[in-house]
Amino acid sequence: MATLDSKIPAGPLADKWTNYKNNINLVNPANKRLIDVIVVGTGLAGGSAAATLAELGYNVKAFCFQDSPRRAHSIAAQGGINAAKNYQGDGDSTFRLFYDTVKGGDYRSREANVYRLAEVSANIIDQCVAQGVPFARDYGGLLDNRSFGGVLVSRTFYAKGQTGQQLLLGAYSVMNRQIGRGKIKMYNRHEMMDVVVVDGKARGIIARNLVTGEIERHSAHAVVLGTGGYGNVFFLSTNAMGSNVSAAWKAHKRGAYFANPCFTQIHPTCIPVSGELQAKLTLMSESLRNDGRIWVPKKLEDVEAIRAGKLKPTQIKEEDRDYYLERRYPAFGNLVPRDVASRAAKERCDAGYGVNATGEAVYLDFASAVTRYGKEAAHVRGLNENDNTLVQKLGREIIANKYGNLFQMYEKIVDENPYETPMMIYPAVHYTMGGLWVDYNLMTTVPGLYAIGEANFSDHGANRLGASALMQGLADGYFVLPYTIGDYLASDIRTGAIPTNTPEFDAAEKEVTERLNFFVNNNGTHSVDYFHRRLGKIMWDKCGMARNTDGLKSAIAEIKALREEFWKDLKVPGSADEYNEELAKAGRVADFLELGELFAKDALERNESCGGHFREESQTSEGEAARDDANYTYVSAWEYTGLPSEANLHKEELVYENIELKTRSYK
Amino acid sequence: MNLKLKIWRQKNANDKGKMVDYPISDVSPDMSFLEMLDVLNNQLIEKGESPVAFDHDCREGICGMCSLYINGEAHGPDRGVTTCQLHMRKFKDGDTIYIEPFRAKAFPIIKDLVVDRGAFDRIQHAGGFVSVNTSGNTQDANSIPIPKADADLAFDAATCIGCGACVATCKNSSAMLYVSAKVSQFALLPQGQVEAKDRVLNMVKQMDAEGFGNCTNTGACEVECPKGISLDNIARMNREFSKAILDGREK
Repeated sequence: MATLDSKIPAGPLADKWTNYKNNINLVNPANKRLIDVIVVGTGLAGGSAAATLAELGYNVKAFCFQDSPRRAHSIAAQGGINAAKNYQGDGDSTFRLFYDTVKGGDYRSREANVYRLAEVSANIIDQCVAQGVPFARDYGGLLDNRSFGGVLVSRTFYAKGQTGQQLLLGAYSVMNRQIGRGKIKMYNRHEMMDVVVVDGKARGIIARNLVTGEIERHSAHAVVLGTGGYGNVFFLSTNAMGSNVSAAWKAHKRGAYFANPCFTQIHPTCIPVSGELQAKLTLMSESLRNDGRIWVPKKLEDVEAIRAGKLKPTQIKEEDRDYYLERRYPAFGNLVPRDVASRAAKERCDAGYGVNATGEAVYLDFASAVTRYGKEAAHVRGLNENDNTLVQKLGREIIANKYGNLFQMYEKIVDENPYETPMMIYPAVHYTMGGLWVDYNLMTTVPGLYAIGEANFSDHGANRLGASALMQGLADGYFVLPYTIGDYLASDIRTGAIPTNTPEFDAAEKEVTERLNFFVNNNGTHSVDYFHRRLGKIMWDKCGMARNTDGLKSAIAEIKALREEFWKDLKVPGSADEYNEELAKAGRVADFLELGELFAKDALERNESCGGHFREESQTSEGEAARDDANYTYVSAWEYTGLPSEANLHKEELVYENIELKTRSYK
Repeated sequence: MNLKLKIWRQKNANDKGKMVDYPISDVSPDMSFLEMLDVLNNQLIEKGESPVAFDHDCREGICGMCSLYINGEAHGPDRGVTTCQLHMRKFKDGDTIYIEPFRAKAFPIIKDLVVDRGAFDRIQHAGGFVSVNTSGNTQDANSIPIPKADADLAFDAATCIGCGACVATCKNSSAMLYVSAKVSQFALLPQGQVEAKDRVLNMVKQMDAEGFGNCTNTGACEVECPKGISLDNIARMNREFSKAILDGREK
C-alpha cells in the first residue's frame, strides 16, 4: 500500500507558506510562454486560476459546460466571504480564522492548508476591491461586515445576498481581459470526458463539444480541475442542474484518490420540498440567521392547527414558541454551524413539530429584527419609537436593504410574503467537503493533475463554515495554485508541446466514443432523470442527515442494483453527433451511480460521528455528534481498482500540532 | 391544470423551424415553469420522441442561463423573475402558452429554444474589466473609501445576469441595457476611472460589430429585465461615451 505524502513544508505553522514560496522552483517569463495549462471549470476556483495563470504568461485553455464562464454555480453563493481583516476590531486574526475553520470542520481538515487559507484571505478582499467588486459599505464608505455561523466575530464581507455573483463576475472580468489578449482560449459548451495520462503524468483531456457533439483532444503540461462538488448525487440539492462529479470521477478512475466522499454539507436553511416532480432546491442564505430566529411551536396541538390552516404562526404567543437553537446552544444561538443547525431541525421535525403539510419545515422569523431595526431607525431620525406602523415600515426597509433579493426569491417560490409571515425552511444538500485528495501543492495523486476549490477535500474537514467556500475557491485560484503549479512546471520547460496523436489519446478517445454510442443505442425504457431521482432517494434516506450500519449496507446494495438496471434499461434519444442534453446527463448520472456507492462505503467505514457525518451509533447522551479521535483522526483516501466496492482505502493521518483536539461545543 | 403548449422546434441553426403543439395535463400550480417542461420532456423521451432543448442551470434566477419568450414576453408574464423562477400559478387551467426562443440577429439559434449568446461575452472581452493583475500586492481594500450611494448604484448595475432578455424584448434588438450595466458599474467606482474612456468606446464598438441595434428609449428592456436594471444606466453610458469622444479618444 502506497503511503500518502501530503508534502507539508517543515517549520512553524505561521512560516510554512512564506518559506515554501521562498524555496520553490520558478519558471522564467520567457519559458512560461512555452507551457500550456488546461483549466476545467470556470467558477471561483477555475476562473480565478485561469486568469492568474494567463497573467503570469502561461497559455491557458479553459473549459466550461455552460454557455459562458460567468454561469458557473459559484454565481449562486449568497451570503458572503470570510477574511481575517479585523476591520471591526473585534479580535479577529489569521490564527482565529484558522482555528474557527479547523474547529468548524470538526478537526478533520489539514492544519497547514487551513492556515494558508486564513493567511491569504485578506488579500482576496484587496484583490476583489481592486477589480471593482461592489461589496457592501457603511455610510463612511468603508467595507461592511456581518457574522456567520460557528464564529464569534464579524469577518464576512458581502454584497447583499449575491456575494457569489459579484465575486464570480470579478473573476469572469479578469478572465475576459486575458481572453481578449489571447492568453486564455475559452471553450464554452464543452464537457470534459476524460483525463489523458501519458508516462504517469496528466497531459491533456478529451472534451466533447456540446453543440456539435464533436470529440476533441486537448493537450497541456498540466491539468487543473475546478469542477465543483457532487451534491447532485442526491438529485435534489441546492446545486445547479448541470453540477456533476464526472470530471473528478474520471480523474479518480485515472488514479487520483478520492477523499472523504461521505463528508456532505446539509444546509439548514433551504426552502422545503413541495412536490414529487421538483427538480431542485433553493437555499436561503445563512446570513439570514444574523437576524432571523428559528422556532417551532411548543405544543403539538398548535402544530396540528397550523398544518390544518386554522392557525397562523404570527398568532402563536411568544411563550408558546420553542426557539430551539437559542434553548440548546445559548452561546451561539441561531448562529451555530450548519451541521448542528440541520440536525436540530431534523430532531424537532422527527418529534412531530414540523410546521408544513409534510412535517418537514421549521420557521425562520424576522419579526423581532424588524422591530429592533425599526426602533433604531426611528430613534436616529428623531421619530416616534412607539408608533408601531412607522417602526414596522422602517424596519422592513432595513431588512429589504440587507436581504431584499432573498426575500423576493422566497416569495416567488412559496407565494407567501416573508415580511409578514415567517419563512418556512428545512435542511437540504448544499456542499461537499469531500473531493479529490490533494497534497499541500493542491496536486492529486496523479502528477500534473490539480484539484482546486470544492473539487478537492482539504480545507473544510467534516463540516464547512459559512462564507468559507468562496474564500477557498478564490484563495486556491488566485493565490495558491499559481505558485505551486510553477514549482511542478519548472521541470517541463524543455518538454515542448505535448502531441495528441499518441496511443494514450487514441485509447482515451476510443473509450469515450464507445460509451456515448452505447448510451444512444441502448434501447431501454426510462429517461436519465428516472434513475437519477431513484438514486437521490436512496442517498437522502440512507446517507443523509443520519446514517447507520444497516442503512448504509442496504444503500450499497441498492445503488449497485440500480446501476445495473440503469445500464440495461436507460433510454437516451437522438444521436451522439448533435446537441443532446439527455446524452450529457446520461454520462453524469452513470458516474453518480458509481460515486454514490463509494460514498456509502466511506460512510460505513467511518464509524464515528464528525461534522456533517452523523452515525447514529456514535452520539452523546444529549444527541450530539461523538467523534472518535483515537481511531478516526485521518483522511480516507480511496483508490479506484475497477469497482467502487473494491476501492482501496489509504489513510492520511491528521496531525494537530497547533490546535488541541477538543469536543466541539457551541453551548 | 391542463394546458396547450405551442413550442418552437428547430433542429439546428440551418433548419427553418416551426411551432408544434403539445398538450400537457395534471400540471400543479406550485411547479416551476421549467419543471413543467421537464415533465413534458420525460413524456417525450419515454414515447421515443425528441425532447425540447432549452437552456437552464441554477434554477434560482442568478446564473442567467435560462431564457424563453413566453406568450410574447421574455421570461414570461411575471415581473422581476427569470423563467426558472416563474411558477405555474401565474397561468390558468386551459391556457394556451406560446414558448419561443430569445430572437435577435446577434443570438443565432442552436436548437429549439437554445440560442448562442456568445456576442455578450465578446463585448466583455473588449473592455468589461479593470486591468489589475492578481499580484496579491494591491493596496488595502479600505484605503479608498467609496460613498455608500455610489457603491450601492454600482452594485445595482452589477447585478445584471447577462440573460439577454433586454435584447429579446427590444424592437431594435439593442444590447444597450446590458452593456451600460457593466460600463456603469465601473464608472461609479474609483477603481474603474483609469480606463473609463477606453472601456466605453471599446465595448460600444464591439456591441455595434456584433449586430445589436440602437436604443430608441422605449424602455421595454427595463420592464422585462428580471433584475430590474435601470434605464439610468443607459443614460450614464451615453454620458461616458460623450466624454470619451470629446476627449478625442476615438480611434
